[in-house]
Amino acid sequence: MSQLPTGQGFSAPPRVEAAIDRVRASVGERVSAGVVRWGFVAVTVLLIAFFAITEPNFRTVDNAFGMLKFIAPTAIAGLGVMIAMTVGGIDLSVGASAGFAVSIAAWTMVVGNQVGGVAVGVVLLCGALIGALNALLIVVARIPDLLATLTTMFVIVGLKLLIVDGKSISSRMTLADGSTAPGKFTDDFLWLDRGSIGPVPVPVVIFVLLTALLWFLLERTRWGRALYAVGANSEAARLAGIRVQLYRTAAYVGCGLLASVAGLLLAARIGQGDVSAGNSLLLDAVAVSLVGVSVLGIGRPNAWGTALGAVLIAVMVTGFTMVGLPYYAQDFGKGLVLLVALLFSFTFSRKRTVVVAGSMTN
Amino acid sequence: MTSVPLAPPNPAEGDARPADVSLGVVSLRGVSFSYGTNVVLRDVNLDFAPGSITALLGANGAGKSTLIKALSGANPRYTGLISVAGEEAALSSPTVARHLGISAVHQKVADGIVPGLTVAENVLLDDLAGGLRGALRNRRRDLANARTALAVLGLHWSDRVLGQDARDLRISDAQLVTLARALRSTPRLLILDEPTSALTSAEADRLFEVLRALRADGLAIVYVSHRFGEIEALADSVVVLRDGTVQSHSDRPFAWNGILHDMLGRATELSQQRVSADRGATVVAEVDSVPLLPGAAPVSLTIRGGEVLGILGLIGAGKTELAEILGGLARPAAGTLTLGGEPYAPRRPGDAIRSGVVLVPEDRQRQAILPGWSVAHTITVPFLAEASRWGTLRTGRETARAAAVVADLDVVTESVDTPIDDLSGGNQQKVVVGRWLSASPRLAVLDEPFRGVDIAARRGIGDRLTDLARSGGAAVVLSSDVDEILEVSDRIVVLVAGVVALDGYADELDRARIVEAFLGETQPASVQTSPAPAEGITT
Repeated sequence: MSQLPTGQGFSAPPRVEAAIDRVRASVGERVSAGVVRWGFVAVTVLLIAFFAITEPNFRTVDNAFGMLKFIAPTAIAGLGVMIAMTVGGIDLSVGASAGFAVSIAAWTMVVGNQVGGVAVGVVLLCGALIGALNALLIVVARIPDLLATLTTMFVIVGLKLLIVDGKSISSRMTLADGSTAPGKFTDDFLWLDRGSIGPVPVPVVIFVLLTALLWFLLERTRWGRALYAVGANSEAARLAGIRVQLYRTAAYVGCGLLASVAGLLLAARIGQGDVSAGNSLLLDAVAVSLVGVSVLGIGRPNAWGTALGAVLIAVMVTGFTMVGLPYYAQDFGKGLVLLVALLFSFTFSRKRTVVVAGSMTN
Repeated sequence: MTSVPLAPPNPAEGDARPADVSLGVVSLRGVSFSYGTNVVLRDVNLDFAPGSITALLGANGAGKSTLIKALSGANPRYTGLISVAGEEAALSSPTVARHLGISAVHQKVADGIVPGLTVAENVLLDDLAGGLRGALRNRRRDLANARTALAVLGLHWSDRVLGQDARDLRISDAQLVTLARALRSTPRLLILDEPTSALTSAEADRLFEVLRALRADGLAIVYVSHRFGEIEALADSVVVLRDGTVQSHSDRPFAWNGILHDMLGRATELSQQRVSADRGATVVAEVDSVPLLPGAAPVSLTIRGGEVLGILGLIGAGKTELAEILGGLARPAAGTLTLGGEPYAPRRPGDAIRSGVVLVPEDRQRQAILPGWSVAHTITVPFLAEASRWGTLRTGRETARAAAVVADLDVVTESVDTPIDDLSGGNQQKVVVGRWLSASPRLAVLDEPFRGVDIAARRGIGDRLTDLARSGGAAVVLSSDVDEILEVSDRIVVLVAGVVALDGYADELDRARIVEAFLGETQPASVQTSPAPAEGITT
């Protein structure tokens, strides 16, 4: 919460400071509210148009669904981070939670010989428990969110490796005692990735439904309003009668649940308990939720913005791949998108941005 | 540009003022400022003479803050001419303004304190901001410099206090730290924005002495306050701002009724003496043997419906503690509370609100304002359940409630969708008070509700509290300002060091008796020179 006091010009000499002010002011005027609001949407549309014109393979329905399916786990984990951000926090354990979910789903089905439905239940329970652990550390033990979730990240990754003996779990694998594992990835589980409802792949359906649900929850219900109130000023929220600790706990549990849903989709996609799955999810999820803050000029974490940020990244990655850019150029592109998003929300926007990522609230 | 000595000598002793201080007049010619299409300052012409204290008066939203920011370099985009010592100055940043000899102490004390740095480092903050010079810190030298700077204000804090985290300073002590810092650069123009709003009267008196010494020394001082007594005691001239223009500029002796008229644009009696005081009939709440401060004797107090109870006390008298116990923020260490005859033991603010007890907290910015939220959403946040059906918020209900509050308290705002941050302090406070009154509470507790609130807003809030009392509710106003309490209360309780020193009805008491009870016993306690960590306030 520490803010540099106004009137105590720090570090920069006066002339530089004045110059920065002038630049910021003029840029701020030129980048009007409309650009801030629609700039990202415009960039996404332009990118889609560009790739659609240059790449015949891009402008197909299959590709559209393919992109959305590809980005769904990232987007859903991003929605989780978004929830943590609504209460002024952050969750760095989403990638680890998703990876944990992949291994636990595989272990339940392959070693435990259970059907997919049971695996889903176990995974969701684990996700909620991880969220509850985060909440315990942050809300009860009052460890700053950034550090608490970083710790949880390590703990979960370690726990996962202990459970699976550091190995990826695949159907009918040979176990440590030489026997063959009794179970396999069941068809009902794999349906999560390969199935479709009408023409729409299941992951896309889940992605869209969760986005709509969270949008409704945050924007249209009193619980969502209370979550935002906690993030805006937890002391004021408490004095207004809001159960601040309860809402913060709920936010982290929700985040853990969403991260495990992302993990389920990853597990169904890979078809085995890849021990390294989910490793790259964290940065993308955080990036997507941060992009979401700025996308529609709303200036606070929100569901549509997060979804749109995910779509933008999917379009970029798919398009660049089709154009022939190497996969290792992707991170650079994502970094640029994030940079532009942050410039929009913090530098050019007149509106105060209310994301307090990693705030050391206590 | 004058050189700014790193460790200035004590200005109160009158030596080593910059030689050109006699030229150190700050003049404004045709200064205007607007936020977009909203013109907040219009063609302001003013001169600040050395060795004089100019009081700047104006209702909330009159443009005082904007003017002060322009002078202190925080509003670099003003138009018109500001000259310092006869030369045109481009006040492009606070650093520039400070180097030209303009120092400001802003109203929001929290903005002037960097938590995490020690008290001494906060006093010396300008050195830390000064680039390479002084990049190497020497703890002993810092302590000595900080001591010197604080000695100007007559403060002698121990090294232990100077070495503690400034986060733990009480608001009044933090105020003194920012003032000591402003005086370190031996300014030619010192701007004080409501410097006494968080001070006890003893601390305020000490501040006045310092200011008089500085004036005798040739410093030009701009003094913003809503307290006419202070201005009468201190100022050489009074400038009244209204709607961004200079309404009048008068010298001693001050014609207060005229000044008030200029300020408010309508005839307002200066002192609203209560001729009659309502007596409440029903007991709404009872505080039974509750100690307010550790070690203090327990307090018993009956709060009645049908009357406005004003509780007067200095900072540290137990006012906030009482408010927090009633509002469910803190639990009493001993004793019991009853509400409407039933035992009342709220475990959290939500319990209190459901029981019909609402609290307007002391620190509006930190405890009530949600940055970036609209007026409507600020108003409905405690009543989300009522504003929704099946958990779904009904925009119509929200807007209706907000519009009612805005109309009821004459909140000046473009619409209920305007961000609360865009409102002036007085109007923000009206929103905060109004939202609680809209719940028709059984008991409304207001802790320092008039801090930084102009007189018109204060009267508006006071009238609404009377309305609440007339309709059978109870209102408790806690303040350290005698005039505020006299203005709003039917019954007056004076709280001294956690103990009730006086309890009576306004029409049976006179000011002298109140002040006597208020000050008499506190003289030793109020000469506090070492800050203690604030209690009962979550940081």
